[in-house]
Amino acid sequence: MNKHVSPKMNRRAFVIGSAAVGAGLAIGLDIPFGGPTVVRAADGSPEIGAWVVVRPDDTVVIRIARSEMGQGSLTGLAQLVAEELECDWSKVTTEYPTPGQSVARKRVWGDFSTGGSRGIRSSQDYVRKGGATARVMLIEAAANEWKVPASECTVARGVITHKASGRTTTYGKVAEAAAKLTPPADVKLKDPKDWTIVGKGLLRLDTADKTTGAMTYGIDVKLPGMLNAAIKDCPVFGGKLKSYDEAKVAGMKGVKKVVKVGDTAVAVVADTWWHAKTALEALPIVWDEGDNAKVSSESIAKWLAEGLDDGQPAYVGNKNGDAKAAIAGAAKKVEAVYSYPYQNHATMEPMNATALYTADKCEVWCGTQNGEAAFAAVLEASGLPAEKCDVHKVMPGGGFGRRGQTDYVRQAVMVAKQMPGTPVKLLWSREEDMAHGRYHPITQCKMTGAFDANNNLVALHYRLSGQSILFSLRPEALQNGMDPAAFQGVAQSGEAAIGYSVPNLLVEHAMRNPHVPPGFWRGVNVNHNAIYMECFMDELAHAAGQDPLEFRRKLMGNHPKHLAVLNAVAEKIGWNTPAPQGVYRGIAQVMGYGSYVAGAAEISVTEGSKIKVHRIVASTDPGYIVNPAQVERQIAGSFVYGLSALFYGGCTVKDGKIEQTNFDTYNSMRINEMPKVESVMVPSGGFWGGVGEPTIGVAAPAVLNAYFAATGKRIRSVPLRDQNITFA
Amino acid sequence: MANLTINGKTFTLDVEPDTPLLWAIRENAGLSGTKYGCGIAQCGACTVHLDGVAMRSCGITVSEAEGKKITTIEGLAVGGTLHKVQEAWIAKDVPQCGYCQSGMIMAVAALLSEKPKPTDADIDEAITNICRCGTFQQVREAIHTIASA
Repeated sequence: MNKHVSPKMNRRAFVIGSAAVGAGLAIGLDIPFGGPTVVRAADGSPEIGAWVVVRPDDTVVIRIARSEMGQGSLTGLAQLVAEELECDWSKVTTEYPTPGQSVARKRVWGDFSTGGSRGIRSSQDYVRKGGATARVMLIEAAANEWKVPASECTVARGVITHKASGRTTTYGKVAEAAAKLTPPADVKLKDPKDWTIVGKGLLRLDTADKTTGAMTYGIDVKLPGMLNAAIKDCPVFGGKLKSYDEAKVAGMKGVKKVVKVGDTAVAVVADTWWHAKTALEALPIVWDEGDNAKVSSESIAKWLAEGLDDGQPAYVGNKNGDAKAAIAGAAKKVEAVYSYPYQNHATMEPMNATALYTADKCEVWCGTQNGEAAFAAVLEASGLPAEKCDVHKVMPGGGFGRRGQTDYVRQAVMVAKQMPGTPVKLLWSREEDMAHGRYHPITQCKMTGAFDANNNLVALHYRLSGQSILFSLRPEALQNGMDPAAFQGVAQSGEAAIGYSVPNLLVEHAMRNPHVPPGFWRGVNVNHNAIYMECFMDELAHAAGQDPLEFRRKLMGNHPKHLAVLNAVAEKIGWNTPAPQGVYRGIAQVMGYGSYVAGAAEISVTEGSKIKVHRIVASTDPGYIVNPAQVERQIAGSFVYGLSALFYGGCTVKDGKIEQTNFDTYNSMRINEMPKVESVMVPSGGFWGGVGEPTIGVAAPAVLNAYFAATGKRIRSVPLRDQNITFA
Repeated sequence: MANLTINGKTFTLDVEPDTPLLWAIRENAGLSGTKYGCGIAQCGACTVHLDGVAMRSCGITVSEAEGKKITTIEGLAVGGTLHKVQEAWIAKDVPQCGYCQSGMIMAVAALLSEKPKPTDADIDEAITNICRCGTFQQVREAIHTIASA
């Protein structure tokens, strides 16, 4: 997308400018001088505000700042704009503005970051206003042409009508005139009950190319004269590159250059990636692994376990009453220790970026969840100012949080900087991707529950020990050292609040940060917190001799939205009716990303260790649902991702390195292991919650609780792979 | 040098005989619809047809593929008409990120040419591709839609 911003206009310049475009001249002359400038898309079509471009053929181009990575936000955001714009959905297309363009226009498209299930909920307000603003301007342009009040004009599917005089026109015909109008200061958004495009399970806008091989992912970018690079970073995080013997590979076929990438990595640049990778594997490399080479999963586990001790310092994240005293004086107490491992995102497309660096320009093409963060990485790595850099977003082959980080972008620029004028595509092997993730943080949790003589839960002490993501990635977000996000799902209030009222509650976090870099992994801290809390709730229910659903319900009186989704899954799975012979049920609920979710599973277990998941029911209340078909897919996908992590995931550390290298040692669920997910959507309105992540929180505990129901055995650590439990 | 017949066209490619077919297709023949996911024949993102049989192209060398009829995702549509699997994928909105779907579609197309009306058990056995987005439900529904058409 190019932009052609007119300079500040005087009458003469305006007439010439309008004539050059060849449309709307007579109308344009009525526009007061000093009004807004017309901004044009690459094909010359005018912007009607930053979010909408209307072409003469009535095609509406909707700008999308957030990244599509499979979650469907591109289509959902377009629906939100189109709803207010009242355009013809069949004529809608989308385009990404670049971060460079946005920065040059004072961030007119707002935040590009696409994480935390924020794609829709955090931009719905201003993108709808963008659509409504354009609608008002387009109608006003028609009214001006007809010399009638705008209030007498109506619009439907991009056709404007003045009923009294029987005249109609289209958005495409009035776009030029509309572009010259002053945008309204304020616009009124539709009442959700009047939505006709939002709330419909419309087909995605980006499917066709994904079925023919035509979709361009980062790995598919082709530029004239482009070379390919393969890279190895020190396998021990924090270690350095000591030396390498370039002479050994310099003569290999296709090899152009071997380059040092920062202090820690080396890359081979070749004509093809296969040649680059072959040479990289033959390249003798000496690493300076440093002290972290002494770290293992065992040493991390030991360190985290020490943090479970009350004598160790911890941050208090949620507290009421006096849990420690209540536990000390309780009639009965239950204690359990759980753990959750590192997980790799394992996006289907390994990390990659293509960079072209010259002395006065640096451009990058990549899949990213955060165009602006990628842009900042390009600035930093190239040393060039913002006006000389840009990032062109292409479709990412999965994100799940991994592509919110910019390590691979920085590397690509550092390689390209050593090949000025030549575009270089840097692609990680799967092995490199497994070794250099930004892993789901590792934690342990000790929970103690206490009952009075009547089996009422009177106290709960929830003590986490382990890694903080914000400490590593956003230290500025720490609050006096505490990571508030560590309490996602068990917080007192906010978008990830606990759903239970316990008279004496203490939730705390002993922060311990091993050297393995953590990252935002789909569901983030909701994952382990939901497993810990929901499996322990199940333990408490059984200890009290109560049904796990009824036990929860008694604690949820002050949490009606949490309770409503739990009730919805219970009803759908038939909790109060017997399960089929040999089939057992588990249930779980959590709040995350502003949404309330619950899940229930029906499983059978053979030989004590072979699990068949027969049925999954999942309920969600995200406030509003923009596209139910996509929400359904996010719910089902969350179960696939969450159960893959439960059964097959888990990254272990040996000699400071991640041991898993590929899908043979870090497996993922297949179609035969996954039942249909029956989703129950209960949007209650009045708030906007996220959809892509929260459901993952209930996937594992629903199955683990069903496993207990089936076998009487508690599983308190992940993955099941390491306990010789697998799919039947 | 190798001569490969891809999508009915003969390509004379400057590749070593032990180059994985995947990379010859992607980098030398320039057909990038076939995807790299693992390089060890685990994930299925690189699935193509060799003489009509679904194969993981990362695990086959160029020399093994010579003389065989190779079909990639780009060659599945014939004369501008999409294959019924592609049509069903669009109608049922199967892909999420879509990266694995070239391989998924090729695997499903091969299954349907062998078993036009596959049971769930047939699908479970034949479709072993990884999809990290978790599109399995839509994949299964789309296959049954085609089979019942």
